[in-house]
Amino acid sequence: MTKTRRNLILNCASLVVLFGILWLFQEYGTEYQIRILNNIAVFITLAVSYNLVNGICGQLHLGPNAFITIGAYTSALLTMSPTEKQMSFIIKPLIWPLSVIQVPFWISLIMAGTVATVFAFFISFPVFRVRGDYLAIVTLGFGEVVRVLCNALQSVTNGPLGLKGLKPYTNLWWSWSIAIFTIIVIQRLINSSWGRAMKAIRENEIAAQAMGVDPFKHLMMAFLISAFFSGVAGGLLAHLITTISPTLFTFFLTFNLLIIIVVGGLGSTTGAVIGATLFAWGGEALRVVESPMDIGPIHIPGIPGMRMVLFSVILMVVIIFARRGITGRNEFSWDWLLGKLSFGSR
Amino acid sequence: MTTKIFLQQLSNGISLGSLYGLVAIGYTMVYGILRLINFAHGDLLMVAAYTAIYGITLFSLPWYVSFPLAIIITGIIGILLDKCAYKPLRDAPRISLLISAIGASFLLENLALVIIGGVPKAFPRPEVFAKVIEIGGIRIQMLTIYTPIITLILLFGLLYIVFHTKVGKAMRAASVDFETTRLMGIDLDRIIAFTFLLGSSLAAAGGVMWAMKYPQVNPFMGVIPGLKAFIAAVLGGIGNIVGAVLGGFLLGLGEILLVAFMPEMAQYRDAFAFAILILVLLFRPTGIMGEPLVDKT
Repeated sequence: MTKTRRNLILNCASLVVLFGILWLFQEYGTEYQIRILNNIAVFITLAVSYNLVNGICGQLHLGPNAFITIGAYTSALLTMSPTEKQMSFIIKPLIWPLSVIQVPFWISLIMAGTVATVFAFFISFPVFRVRGDYLAIVTLGFGEVVRVLCNALQSVTNGPLGLKGLKPYTNLWWSWSIAIFTIIVIQRLINSSWGRAMKAIRENEIAAQAMGVDPFKHLMMAFLISAFFSGVAGGLLAHLITTISPTLFTFFLTFNLLIIIVVGGLGSTTGAVIGATLFAWGGEALRVVESPMDIGPIHIPGIPGMRMVLFSVILMVVIIFARRGITGRNEFSWDWLLGKLSFGSR
Repeated sequence: MTTKIFLQQLSNGISLGSLYGLVAIGYTMVYGILRLINFAHGDLLMVAAYTAIYGITLFSLPWYVSFPLAIIITGIIGILLDKCAYKPLRDAPRISLLISAIGASFLLENLALVIIGGVPKAFPRPEVFAKVIEIGGIRIQMLTIYTPIITLILLFGLLYIVFHTKVGKAMRAASVDFETTRLMGIDLDRIIAFTFLLGSSLAAAGGVMWAMKYPQVNPFMGVIPGLKAFIAAVLGGIGNIVGAVLGGFLLGLGEILLVAFMPEMAQYRDAFAFAILILVLLFRPTGIMGEPLVDKT
């Protein structure tokens, strides 16, 4: 049996196991558990696509929340029924073509990704003219601009009121299938010549250029693909929360994604997956620190916001003392796992 | 629009612009030396505003003691910020430094949120600044007049330090080349700490005046002014102190006049600054007065 064949079988087997576990939760799990599993899948999609620009290309992009917003609004506007839209848009009516269109969920997700990609295309010209800190601030600014536009363009986004009463289409099958699809596509991209060129740009842009790599073309490719999946994940998120408003997708969301990929290991898809899982699950578990506690005779009242303090501290500690994160730049492979196992049994 | 309203708006714009300028100086100085956007710089405004409030309400100090105290304390916090968040990463890749800066910014905001709470606090305005006078039919708050004056005084003081003292010379040397600066027997860490002290104190002065202008103090008040001040620094030419103040004036004036002439654009005000940033980076990345910066390794 060749290695490729073995890996393929193992991959398929683990997928079957994963979906078996999901099915068990779907049948017997509580609503809360299903919610967390959905969150994990959405965050995996977001983190893996975000990691493509930040970790693989090494450009500090701070605007994924813009693409998530665009995706969420696009998909929400496309799945709402015309009567619902008429009822929601009380200040200003929705502009024409959007007000009558209603499409199935899966088309709305594809459209969400596409619209986000179109925006990414236009913003990528100013963004990739600059590097480093400037790139960070321009993408951050783009996120701000999208938020301002969401508040201002009332005839498209319903302004600060947001969109309410979306159908909860997102379930475990949707969120996890898309998460796995994202991982496969991005992993294949990273292991192609495009991905190697992107890593070359990360390590040394001038050297990469000297080898004939066009930085703009490759960075833009990564940026567009990342935006596409962020948009799709935004659509999933909208139909998971069922209510969206401009306050939902602030820089805060970007900050969370940044923690995920830094803690997981910048430049590693495996790291992004581990980080996202830890974040979505650990974020819930950490709610303990915000609830009232009794340690012996001392009573500590609940401190709202304490989780964010912890997250910030974790981010800084990881970046200062353990810059490689959990996985470094390594990826999971069956060779590695089997090697570990046989070493253990020997 | 009548001349009167125009002059009124003009004075508002100048005073807002000088605040942006004051904060922008800190960005430009730190960027000049470390090549780092100090994301936590905007949050120092918030720190200064809260310190000033507690000085007045908790310790019942008069404002002329409390305000300078707030500025000194914020300056010290600026040095601590450098020591904790940036100094361990001097030799790390730039992306790590930036992530650390973002982490520090969120830490300051959320610590304030946990310790003080999210309810906005009213800023006690001293009578000297809150008084409204009338000049030729325009009603102006004294603060609006004092702000640009204070900014200019601080600017000239800073220019004196940077261009006419030994420390200033060392700072200018550090912004060109670290290694050579070290070879000349200059303690680089002390110079960087001093830069943070100066920049943070100026941000604190801006923060106290910002809080008097918009007397609602909350843990996130520094975010937007911080971002805009950075844009002002880029507009003026990053690394250039006079440019930062000039950029601040231009941005403040532009914002106020945009809203004055086109009231329907008011809700786009926060996007305006970023549009300017993108235009500057596209057409003149060095800003108005900037010279191309050498990349430091």
